[in-house]
Amino acid sequence: MTTANPSIDQANTLPLKEKLAKTTAIQRRRAFLLTLPLVLFLLISFVFPIGQMLFNSIHNNKVSAVVPDFATAIQQWDGQGLPSEATFEIFVKDLAKAKKVREVGRTVGNMATRINYEMPGSRSLFTKSARKAGKIKQGPYKEALIKIDKKWANPQVWLTLQRASHDISPSFYVAAMDLKYNETGEVVEADELYQIYLDNFIKTLWLAALITFICVLLAYPVAYLLSVLPLRQSNLLMIMVLLPFWTSLLVRTTAWIAILQTEGVINDLLVYFGVIGDDGRIQMIYNQTGTIIAMVHILLPFMILPLYSVMKTIQPTYMRAALSMGSKPFYAYRRVYLPQTIPGLAAGTLLVFILAIGYYITPALVGGQDGLLISNLIAYHIQKSLNWSLGAALGTMLLVVVLLLYWVYNKLIGIDKLKFG
Amino acid sequence: MNKIIKKTLIAAAVATTMVAGSAQAEDITVVSWGGAYTKSQVEAYHKPWNGYTGNTVISEDYNGGLAEIKAQVEAGNVTWNLVDVELSDAVRGCDEGILEVMDHSVLPDGANGVPAAEDFLPGALAECAVGNIVWSTVFIHDESKIQGVDGLKDFFDLGKFPGKRGLRKGAKPNLELALMADGVEPADVYEVLSTEAGIDRAFAKLDTIKDSTVWWESGAQPPQLLADGEVVMTTAYNGRVFNAIASEGKPFVINWDGQVWDLDLWVIPKGAPNQEATMDFVKFSTSTKALADQASWIPYGPLRKSSFGLVSSFHSDPSLDMAPHMPTAPANFTRALQNDFEFWADNSDQLNERFNAWLTK
Repeated sequence: MTTANPSIDQANTLPLKEKLAKTTAIQRRRAFLLTLPLVLFLLISFVFPIGQMLFNSIHNNKVSAVVPDFATAIQQWDGQGLPSEATFEIFVKDLAKAKKVREVGRTVGNMATRINYEMPGSRSLFTKSARKAGKIKQGPYKEALIKIDKKWANPQVWLTLQRASHDISPSFYVAAMDLKYNETGEVVEADELYQIYLDNFIKTLWLAALITFICVLLAYPVAYLLSVLPLRQSNLLMIMVLLPFWTSLLVRTTAWIAILQTEGVINDLLVYFGVIGDDGRIQMIYNQTGTIIAMVHILLPFMILPLYSVMKTIQPTYMRAALSMGSKPFYAYRRVYLPQTIPGLAAGTLLVFILAIGYYITPALVGGQDGLLISNLIAYHIQKSLNWSLGAALGTMLLVVVLLLYWVYNKLIGIDKLKFG
Repeated sequence: MNKIIKKTLIAAAVATTMVAGSAQAEDITVVSWGGAYTKSQVEAYHKPWNGYTGNTVISEDYNGGLAEIKAQVEAGNVTWNLVDVELSDAVRGCDEGILEVMDHSVLPDGANGVPAAEDFLPGALAECAVGNIVWSTVFIHDESKIQGVDGLKDFFDLGKFPGKRGLRKGAKPNLELALMADGVEPADVYEVLSTEAGIDRAFAKLDTIKDSTVWWESGAQPPQLLADGEVVMTTAYNGRVFNAIASEGKPFVINWDGQVWDLDLWVIPKGAPNQEATMDFVKFSTSTKALADQASWIPYGPLRKSSFGLVSSFHSDPSLDMAPHMPTAPANFTRALQNDFEFWADNSDQLNERFNAWLTK
């Protein structure tokens, strides 16, 4: 029986079941405290930044923060012809006010950049007009603004402004999926000359799959050898696998440049032995081939190690039993050995594929013009074009693709079967 | 790989904190483009300024653009005191409020007594920036391998000069170069580029050499590509090429036909510490003498008229006069184009997107 106010004496009289429950609860709490640093670390370094990325990809307040009154007023506009004289007046006054602001994220330049994403060439329209907006002292504001620049008579400018006045909008996903808004504000396919992201997503997936496949082909025999060779030889082989693994990624990538470039080791040897002429040197780097070769090399240990750890545990007696009972070697391998290596194979495949899909430095260095992956485009928007929202939208799409693949993978193979070693 | 990056970042952060902690209050971090260019600034600006004031300049390299400045300002943790940027970035950064407004009235008069406002070339004093030099994108070849290169059109002529070309990875200034090679006069280039047909024409010209092009990203790469024999011709920044010729004795030739010139300017990221000391450095480094001295280390033209007459010879070779190697020297300036910062501020997003799409197809 439980009481509302338990004392030590009463606790001694509690049934065993409840006592046990209490102690396990305490233990659980202790265990949780032990994991607390990790949980906090994950929250700060993983959950929070990813949440912020998701938020950035749909949130952009560069219009409402710069011309707040106008952002509210333009919502009343029905999108026909041009906005009313009153809306123009609010816009001109907001613009003149905004010109004096120098706070980061709230300048006319910020708004101009935001609109320029959707209406290329309109950036200077805003910065120029803002400089002159203060001189417009009285109406009619519509005519005065159009006198500054006749682009203000173009309804598309106002449609874009109206759309961008919403802080939350899908417009960056529209851009990330090779779509655009047309003159009347409908979502249509972007001009073929400007389409880049979807093709690149497909290429990234295809290259990651290809690299994973090559890794399986190369890693399987090596891992098998590692698991069956006598200790002395297998140790040596293991060191040969691990040594590059411990070497800096940049060093390995640069080494590939030295080996593969047109004036590099391989081409020099081929020319020296007369296989190719001096003017027929093969382009093996700064293209897709270079990306594939370097990435396979760098990701190979991630395939070998899980495979090895699984193969090491497989008893050789099983194969011997199968063979002694008259099975052909290949049949025995397929029915007895291969199924037992599946957990390692699955782990290695997942590891290599997911690493490959988000690879960045190696393609940036050896990818040239057609060996670039989606992460290079994300980096371009974060570092060069400064369109962080578009970068975030692309990053989110990549994350969704990976989660989707993980889900499919889980359905097919079962994530609990994975064995990483 | 992510782990490696994270570790590096942490190590860098720790190192930065330690450096920041040990630095004196008046030390400033000046960020520039690295290589021979940064060396010229260290010799002509950093060292003498240190001699006068006792303040140390910590020199850092970057590859241009506003990304790092934007990241520092938005995070509220500005560690760079002064950055050397291109004009289009100086204007855009100023518009977006990530740069401090510069007070030009504190700049010293020229050595000849002309006030700073008249002494600097037009465009060198922007709202948030003080200019220091003129630099230029030119194309170069190796005279020991090919001879008889005659103007920009030959850069695009694979029949006459077979072999790889090197170009900067980006729309700017390749579109301008393509149009000039296609016969457009420098004065009309941006007018043509403002039309869809003009952009198509520029890309069509680039198409003719696309399959034979190696793309470079940092200024140190093109002289190396040419030296390695990876390319037979490449675009490059004129100062770096001169250094490869004058200091390393490379048989490179600079072709000035169709050069695209631009300004480099000092900017202060918004909220940077030690702004008083930084402004003192700006005043010092853009004085008549410092700009003229800088030009004896690398042929980037000083932006003060009063510096022109004082430009002497190459620092390590008194017989090598620097004036004829400047982008602005009359003989080099016959068919030259100034980079239009406003055009690029308006169109760089769109044109780079098309460029990236074009590159992967």
